[in-house]
Amino acid sequence: MYAFQYHRPGNIGEATALLGKLGEGKALAGGQTLIAAMKLRLAQPSDLVDLGGIAELSGIRADGDVLVIGALTRHADVAASADVGKRIPALAQLAGGIGDRQVRAVGTLGGSIANNDPAADYPAGVLGLGATVVTSQRSLAADEFFTGLYETALKPGELIKSVSFPVPKRAGYAKFANPASRFALIGVFVSQAANGTVRVAVTGAGNGVFRSAELEKALTANFTAAAAAAVRISADSCNGDIHASPEYRAHLVSVMAGRAVAAALA
Amino acid sequence: MGENIPNGIGASPRRKEDQRFLTGAGNYTDDINLQGQTYAYFLRSPHASAAIKKIDTKAAAAAPGVVGIFTGADLAEAKVGGLPCGWLITDVNGQPMKEPPHPPLAQGKVNHVGDQVAVVIAETYFQAKDAAELIEVDYEVLDAVADVATATQPGKPAVHDIAPDNVCYVWGHGDKAAVDKAFTGAAHVTTLEFRNNRLIPNAIEPRAAIAQYSRSEDSYTLHVANQNPHVERLLMTAFVLGLPEHKVRVIAPDVGGGFGSKIFLYAEETVITWAAKRVNRPIKWTCERSESFMSDAHGRDHATKAELALDKDGKFLAMRVHTKANLGAYLSTFGSSVPTILYATLLAGQYATPAIYAEVTGVFTNTVPVDAYRGAGRPEATFVVERLVSKAALEMGIDQAEIRRRNFIKTFPYATPVGLTYDTGNYEATLAAAIKIADVAGFPARRDEAKKRGKLRGIGYSCYIEACGLAPSNVAGALGARAGLFESGEVRVHPTGSVTVFTGSHSHGQGHETTFAQVVAERLGIPFENVDVVHGDTGRIPFGMGTYGSRSLAVGGTAIMKAIDKVVAKGKKIAAHLLEASDSDIVFENGNFKVAGTDKQVAFGQVAFAAYVPHNYPLDKLEPGLNETAFYDPTNFTYPAGSHICEVEVDPETGVTKVVNYVASDDFGNIINPMIVEGQVHGGLAQGIGQALLEQAVYDYETGQLLSGSYSDYTMPRADDVPSFKVDTQVTPCTHNPLGVKGCGEAGAIGSPPAVISAIIDALKDLGVREMAMPATPYRVWQTIQSARA
Amino acid sequence: MNMKLSFKVNGKAVEAEVDPRTLLVQFLRDHLHLTGTHVGCDTGQCGACTIHLNGRAVKSCNMLALQAQGAEVTTIEGLAAPSGDMHPMQAAFKECHGLQCGFCTPGMVMSATALLKENPHPSEEQIRAGLDGNFCRCTGYHNIVKAVQTCAGGR
Repeated sequence: MYAFQYHRPGNIGEATALLGKLGEGKALAGGQTLIAAMKLRLAQPSDLVDLGGIAELSGIRADGDVLVIGALTRHADVAASADVGKRIPALAQLAGGIGDRQVRAVGTLGGSIANNDPAADYPAGVLGLGATVVTSQRSLAADEFFTGLYETALKPGELIKSVSFPVPKRAGYAKFANPASRFALIGVFVSQAANGTVRVAVTGAGNGVFRSAELEKALTANFTAAAAAAVRISADSCNGDIHASPEYRAHLVSVMAGRAVAAALA
Repeated sequence: MGENIPNGIGASPRRKEDQRFLTGAGNYTDDINLQGQTYAYFLRSPHASAAIKKIDTKAAAAAPGVVGIFTGADLAEAKVGGLPCGWLITDVNGQPMKEPPHPPLAQGKVNHVGDQVAVVIAETYFQAKDAAELIEVDYEVLDAVADVATATQPGKPAVHDIAPDNVCYVWGHGDKAAVDKAFTGAAHVTTLEFRNNRLIPNAIEPRAAIAQYSRSEDSYTLHVANQNPHVERLLMTAFVLGLPEHKVRVIAPDVGGGFGSKIFLYAEETVITWAAKRVNRPIKWTCERSESFMSDAHGRDHATKAELALDKDGKFLAMRVHTKANLGAYLSTFGSSVPTILYATLLAGQYATPAIYAEVTGVFTNTVPVDAYRGAGRPEATFVVERLVSKAALEMGIDQAEIRRRNFIKTFPYATPVGLTYDTGNYEATLAAAIKIADVAGFPARRDEAKKRGKLRGIGYSCYIEACGLAPSNVAGALGARAGLFESGEVRVHPTGSVTVFTGSHSHGQGHETTFAQVVAERLGIPFENVDVVHGDTGRIPFGMGTYGSRSLAVGGTAIMKAIDKVVAKGKKIAAHLLEASDSDIVFENGNFKVAGTDKQVAFGQVAFAAYVPHNYPLDKLEPGLNETAFYDPTNFTYPAGSHICEVEVDPETGVTKVVNYVASDDFGNIINPMIVEGQVHGGLAQGIGQALLEQAVYDYETGQLLSGSYSDYTMPRADDVPSFKVDTQVTPCTHNPLGVKGCGEAGAIGSPPAVISAIIDALKDLGVREMAMPATPYRVWQTIQSARA
Repeated sequence: MNMKLSFKVNGKAVEAEVDPRTLLVQFLRDHLHLTGTHVGCDTGQCGACTIHLNGRAVKSCNMLALQAQGAEVTTIEGLAAPSGDMHPMQAAFKECHGLQCGFCTPGMVMSATALLKENPHPSEEQIRAGLDGNFCRCTGYHNIVKAVQTCAGGR
């Protein structure tokens, strides 16, 4: 790890002020990815702004048809939350399947989506539910938030405060874990809103989470596991590496979509 | 045995080691800190093959905290030698293998990603690492070769000038003419072509070392995570550093797993030992896991073509095996012997195959050196034999158990056509037990039930044999070993009758402190609690060869037994004096020396006391003291064997394979501590299942870059990747060691890969699948199903 | 610039000045000499460094010491009773031979205790899934699972 300056602000205002001022500064949430990258000297921030002391960033609150989860809420807390379990069980299940026990105890929602790893689980949930990302400056629809490989719409100094998840009629998440890293080799999140709108978000396949128009179309017509599994995804949209070819990933998108729908209907 | 002493032979006392390990009081190398210690960091090559045009260390040397920087040029100037290979292989033409130099720090050229280029020694580890980034190395990147199957083809870049075709040796074993003749008359020939996947041992404790030089004694102390401290010292002093052996003490304290990877003499500990005198400070080095991936010796990595000739009834007539074995960029300590001596000699398996010929080409590539990893050659041999047998049975329509039974060796001793003589065994017994425990009879019903759920079940067999307890030194020497293969044991009886045992074996998880104490307690009739076992310190123990090849109990345990015999023999003389009887009338039973046929006796403790307080003692005939040492060189290998049956369930949609039932029935001879033996089997099975389903070191064959260089890409078996195991033992005692033991450390890793792979093929056979490469990851299984369907 | 750190380790208040890049595990091992917490990898996966932070199992190699500001940390050295009696999980590991080389063991025990805190009576499948953050290369996990079952059964 390279040397850096450490800051521990007590509130969001202080944190954003620091981040605005520090050129190569980075916000530190749980740090489960950032610290690992810094240890391997793959990341070299001049400053770390540790959000750990900002209590207002954590918590889960049900607000009518919306579930608001603070950016610093740990995966384990989302997984164990009765509110989440009751309203969006698929989201609790997603959070309970991230990384491993120890990662879930520390890793955060905000940290995960700000990093936007192309194989992370949370981006699929946020995009698949059509959630809204509330930052220190504005509200961003999930469709605008994720912009590419490790890229988001966040501006320098902008901090995620919370994410508002609309409670769907039903939702499901199916993940095929990379055997080594346990990131998503493929993860598919499906949801059907009260008004019938279907959203399908896919993670792990390409250079970032994306919505599958083919799957959404098929499921809008017929919200069944068979309809999802019958959709053929083009391998052109999928990555290949030592763990899976584009063809295998494309195949798994169909399979996992079917299993996500089955979970949603269960 | 075992009935006289509560925690004697055959009992399962809980381990003496566990108190410290469970409470955080273990003492691993990285836990040790010495006054004034500095920290070393090794700059490693990012290239698989490159000429070093220039190394500029000026800026690094001026960095904060730097105590010293050394490169290959410094070592050359100091006349530091290369790392030696411990086994000379002679090729089919009678020529010695090619032995390229292996400088501890690169000299003019790097030959694999991770090759050591320079060492930086600084006040803190951060400073050493920061400074290393300031070293400027001017590399001329060269073409690399990484694929063992193609590295010997014309036009491929040569790793070493002395081996322009990258061939270290072509080694042959067996009667080629007899084999070729047998094939011509065969009713059936089964052929197999496959890769034995390259593995990374991944002991959870990374390698570590602390070297210290004492100016007052002009001596060195090296703490190192190592399986055989005397071998480490001998190789380092005699072959590399030219230091007097008696001036170097090597201590291998608690060691967090080895699996072979900590047998070898590595560059890092050698360099810091040398440098400790240069900087006159202790130097600590702890490997980061990312470095382990590219510097610990890897395992396996064979490309093999094998054929089995059978008659019309499925009797084996002959076997022919051609293997290209990846040796990596340099010859590691035992790298040359693993794919030859420890491989081809095992190709008879449990079968009376009359003729066998194997030809092994040892191949240099621009990859990390390859050496022994749990099983070392024997898993590779077992995979050849058992996959051939399973495939032949499938092709000929013979039941998997039946084809094995038809070919089992049934009378012992049995001399194989590949140079070993099996002393004893009962292969039918383990097979029958495994079939029963695995409920093979109920398999069709389970298969049908799974099918209703859309899952495909299969069952696979593996009847393995291994040669353990390495070995007769003279035999090994004739085969090219450059070291002895005996073991030492010292039994130090204290005046109050408690005992400290000093063993040349080394425990890095095997539980010697417990098992060896059981043996001593049983034989001396003293409480288990009164026996302590010391290992892993050249300053305390007699010269020993260490632990590998499942040899600790068979060889090290026997050495202790021999020392005990001497203790008892001397004790009888002391007792005879105390009891005023003749030496020949004294018997030793249940911890008492007795005059045979009388009730006159004296306890072991009293004899011990008399030996050290010799007031009433035959000083004219006998030295005082009761402290005996023995060295034991075995007369043969031991031959543990067993039958494994694996049942898998495959999800054809995703390719996911789940091991749903795993049975191992093993014959390890007599068993000292069943609990520990079972634990050894469990661990071996997880590593074997890991090889079959999960693990693979992946190199980019064009660039020689290691693509699976972290746990994000190299799949380690986790708790949810393996099932609970059903293990059983059958016993035919080893005939040539006094404990009748054979060894159990590697069996699980040896027997399991073909059982798993054959089970998957069985599950998928109706889809047309006949081969399955390792590791059978979901991706690979899915691909194989697609190809079979196409 | 060194920063002030104050937190509790095994019930004792600790105050120190640390280089910000000091990982929690480095602080525990090098400053407090609590060497029972081990380092087995550098990518936050093997779990040998697992400790309890405010009662939850976390990987001390994957967080800064400064992130533990104000927290309560328990390491393997703090798990046994003050009398020296082993924690029931430690005792179960010994009884079931749930360890061999001992290197992964402290982390494994810390994860296992956290697992049972969350789910006092887990199934075998839940135990295996619940130990997903810890590698063991020696035991094949068989006896570790048995130890957790034994500990859960003994409550």
